[in-house]
Amino acid sequence: MGLGLKMKIQEMQMVMQKHHVPVALRMHEQNGSQKRKYTLIQKNRALIPLFLLLWILVMFYFCCNIFNKMDADAKVRRKEGLESQCDQRARMLQDQFSVSVNHVHALAILVSTFHYYRHPSAVDQETFAEYTARTAFERPLLSGVAYAQRVVHSERERFEKQHGWIIKTMEREPSQLRDEYAPVIFAQETLSYLESLDMMSGKEDRENILRARATGKAVLTAPLAFRSHHLGVFTFPVTNLSFLQSHETRKATAGYIGGSFDVESLVENLLGQLAGNQAILVNVYDVTNSSTHLIMYGSQNEKGDMSLVHESNLDFGDPYRNHTMICRYHQKAPTNWMALTTVFLSFVILLLIGYILYGAGIHIVKVEDDYQEMEELKVLAEAADVAKSQFLATVSHEIRTPMNGILGMLGLLLDTELTSTQRDYAQTAQACGKALITLINEVLDRAKIEAGKLELEAVPFDLRSILDDVLSLFSEKSRHKGLELAVFVSDKVPDIVMGDPGRFRQIITNLVGNSVKFTERGHIFVKVHLAESRKPTMNGTCETYQNGETDEVGHISGGCNSKTLSGCEAADERNNWDNFKHLIADEEFLFDGLVKKVASSECYEQVTLMVCVEDTGIGIPFSAQDRIFMPFVQADSSTSRHYGGTGIGLSISKCLVELMGGQINFISRPQVGVHFHLLQTLDVHKIKNDVRADVRSSSSLRSQPCVMKPVELLHEIPLTRLVSAKCNTLKAVVCGDVYSDYSADMFRERIMVFGRGWSFNIWQLDWKKNGHMLKIPQMILLATNISNAEFDRAKAKGFSDTVIMKPLRASMVAACLQQVLGMGKKRQLGKDMPNGSTFLKGLLCGKKMLVVDDNIVNRRVAAGALKKFGADVKCAESGKVALEMLQLPHNFDACFMDIQMPEMDGFEATRRIRMMESKANEQLTNGDEHPHLPILAMTADVIHATYEECLKCGMDGYVSKPFEEENLYQAVAKFF
Amino acid sequence: MDVLQLQRKLREHQAAMLREGFLDDQFSQLQKLQDESSPDFVIEVVKMFFDDSEKLLNNMTRALGQVPVDFKQVDAHVHQYKGSSASVGAARVKNVCATFRNFCETQNLEGCVRCLQQLQNEYSLLKNNLQYLFRLQEQIQAAGGSIPTIE
Repeated sequence: MGLGLKMKIQEMQMVMQKHHVPVALRMHEQNGSQKRKYTLIQKNRALIPLFLLLWILVMFYFCCNIFNKMDADAKVRRKEGLESQCDQRARMLQDQFSVSVNHVHALAILVSTFHYYRHPSAVDQETFAEYTARTAFERPLLSGVAYAQRVVHSERERFEKQHGWIIKTMEREPSQLRDEYAPVIFAQETLSYLESLDMMSGKEDRENILRARATGKAVLTAPLAFRSHHLGVFTFPVTNLSFLQSHETRKATAGYIGGSFDVESLVENLLGQLAGNQAILVNVYDVTNSSTHLIMYGSQNEKGDMSLVHESNLDFGDPYRNHTMICRYHQKAPTNWMALTTVFLSFVILLLIGYILYGAGIHIVKVEDDYQEMEELKVLAEAADVAKSQFLATVSHEIRTPMNGILGMLGLLLDTELTSTQRDYAQTAQACGKALITLINEVLDRAKIEAGKLELEAVPFDLRSILDDVLSLFSEKSRHKGLELAVFVSDKVPDIVMGDPGRFRQIITNLVGNSVKFTERGHIFVKVHLAESRKPTMNGTCETYQNGETDEVGHISGGCNSKTLSGCEAADERNNWDNFKHLIADEEFLFDGLVKKVASSECYEQVTLMVCVEDTGIGIPFSAQDRIFMPFVQADSSTSRHYGGTGIGLSISKCLVELMGGQINFISRPQVGVHFHLLQTLDVHKIKNDVRADVRSSSSLRSQPCVMKPVELLHEIPLTRLVSAKCNTLKAVVCGDVYSDYSADMFRERIMVFGRGWSFNIWQLDWKKNGHMLKIPQMILLATNISNAEFDRAKAKGFSDTVIMKPLRASMVAACLQQVLGMGKKRQLGKDMPNGSTFLKGLLCGKKMLVVDDNIVNRRVAAGALKKFGADVKCAESGKVALEMLQLPHNFDACFMDIQMPEMDGFEATRRIRMMESKANEQLTNGDEHPHLPILAMTADVIHATYEECLKCGMDGYVSKPFEEENLYQAVAKFF
Repeated sequence: MDVLQLQRKLREHQAAMLREGFLDDQFSQLQKLQDESSPDFVIEVVKMFFDDSEKLLNNMTRALGQVPVDFKQVDAHVHQYKGSSASVGAARVKNVCATFRNFCETQNLEGCVRCLQQLQNEYSLLKNNLQYLFRLQEQIQAAGGSIPTIE
């Protein structure tokens, strides 16, 4: 039962909860979001304890009622039990008594028969005594019987004579004179002491006798006062006539049979025969005299349960005497434990139910309070988040504005006539500026990393140009420090891969930045190749150096003849020149033709790139190697003093790499250098023709037969790589030894590239000695760190404008080559500066544009800006008007859409336009489709979320408002 | 006045306006958009801006005078105003608009009213300055000089 109840309670709780949730929800919906909402339970929270109290009281009352009812039932049952038992006893007593009386009656008849009708009498004392003794079992109630003869005074003397004794009174004295006497003549042995006593001498006996004679029936005396109250006497008249009329009885009475009965033993016997006599206390009273009850059985003193008494009438056949039997229970009614426990338990259970309900109520209130608190906190947090985003957006915008100025100026500067060096500087400055803007965006995203909200892009990007940019970012610094900074990208690496260029760039920038920071001499070498192609060569030596044990370090640094980029020893010996050559040789197979390569890269689905950044800096001490990727940890606290920096770079790099699904690791030997390598799997982008053309921009260089004459051994490979990457059909010949190579062929070559170690004096001499004024090859000097004096000298020798400062960058080499080969500057501009306004003009010229903005000023400015680039601009002042204008077929090439407009905002308008387009396309069955109209959002917000929203509703991109050339170009370039 | 002097004055005035933040880079951009095909582009746009400003300022005044104030409505006006001021490069007006919008968001009537006054103030200052600028330009053109561009 308890279990069932528990289950019920649980059910109730569940039902309550179920019931409450929807209520709460509904109320939330109704009240809107601003006001604090209360549910029914919450509103009445103060009443909950009150309800509990009320519940307890009601339940207490209820239980009391139940108890009372059960108790009353028990009492009724008890009373009924008493009644029935009492009546039963009384009835039995009566029955027994009447049996006895009948027998006495029979005795009376016997006496009259044998004593009076026989002469002489057949009965004498002995006979009577024997007979009575033998028939005593018939009269269990009577202790004895006696027969007294009626003797009138006149017959007294005769009677006394006949019997030989005088009639005595009860006090055993000779009887005085009376009218008549009733001396006992026969007596049972138990009553033999009564013989000769005159029964009429006692007052009560006399009355009894008289009464018996009058009625002719048996009469009872009151209990005899002597010898305790328990003995009673009854008298039965004995007649000498067989048939008596009632009026004749008196005369015919010849004597009396009397018997004493012992009520106590009588009742005792009787009760003994009955079950349960212990529990009941029986008293028998003679109530003839209603004022004083004479007790016949039971003791008055005995205390029973006085509260419950039953009285049964006893009829002993004597109408003059009334007897009652009063029964009581011996013990007071026992406490009704059963009822009590039942009630108590149910009360406890109800109490518990109440408490559970109360607890549930309190809990609901608490949960809902918490919920509300959470809601409020959530609103606060969201507000804070929005504020933060806005702040970041604002700040980034504020920084962008001056940066745009700088970049714009640089752009203008690049439009002017510049030497290649100046161009390089300006381009570097511009690239750095752009990098700064990117960094600002990265700062914006930093918060996202922390919030775990970083979203990675998956756009096609050119790995090489990114590396190029990174290199240029650090070129100044490395040049200043006299470091060799080089990048090598394996030809196997696809041109365009899918991924997040910004993040990739960030990682590389971090790594290279670190290397530059911690390297004082030697080189920094960034190498990218496919992970598969590297594997065979590193099998042998892989494990040994991973541990980087100290003795081995000593051993290796002893062998100073390291064949690395700068001649300095590197941390990972596998990375030496021989291996590198081996690697290149592997790739030579693929170098045969671009077509083949492109074809092969197109059939890759994914490539795993191994990017290595090697430096010859101070390295990482072993003790710090395991925590180098932890944020804000630098290898040594003294390093931050010495080199500056916060130490967050590597940790962010690691985060990013892992987010992109790659791995980053490093090998380091203190004082020798660090070798970071990261494995990154990227999707290969299916190369579109136009994109490829853009990347392999220097188509003009293709047909030029050029031979590189790298002199410095260690530079040849990067250079050829770079050059061939940029101008892919250039024929590059690598010559290790310059002196051995004075063949006639040489003069057909148009470009020669010299390392710095080359003594150009000799070269010049040799040149003149040959004397053929065929065609002097163009010469390019490679330099890492060149002083002004040296620069002047080089100029004098003919390297005017054609000194390439290391690090070698493809774009720079290409620019230099273009210049050397005398190609038009204009053309170059278009290539190298695709974001110039000239380019934009070409892009937008004659295109039909629709500008949608509700703000007239904005509209006019946007239109003006677009018109400036030659576009044919139409305006619409609302989304609706725009929709009308864009009803198919239309002849617009693109649409610029403001986002925030009254009535129909830009998102909605775009959605409708897209819907319209798809509907129209469905209707067109013959295959040709309406072109997808590029829709660009115009927005002042630069938050990423807005961008996502734009894409979601079918926009193709966005431009920030007010228009900026570069931004516009980037957005538009995708479509035209 | 001779042309050179006028040109110098114009340059100085415009530089001062940039320096004091009345105008920002966007205004220079706007000037760059002006070429032979649209010789009055800047003046045209700025006139539009003036008209727009007066209309919007009136709207704002009316909207703020209502009881109860519909802050959303006010915010929409301010947003419009912010957009147009950003387009012409009226930096100070734009900044006040930004503050204004914050007040709208928090439904701070007092702040809004203060901002409106500030806006009106800024607007009249800007208008005076710009009108002076255009007058100078007109004078230069009348005198046959070319308008110097601000770099």
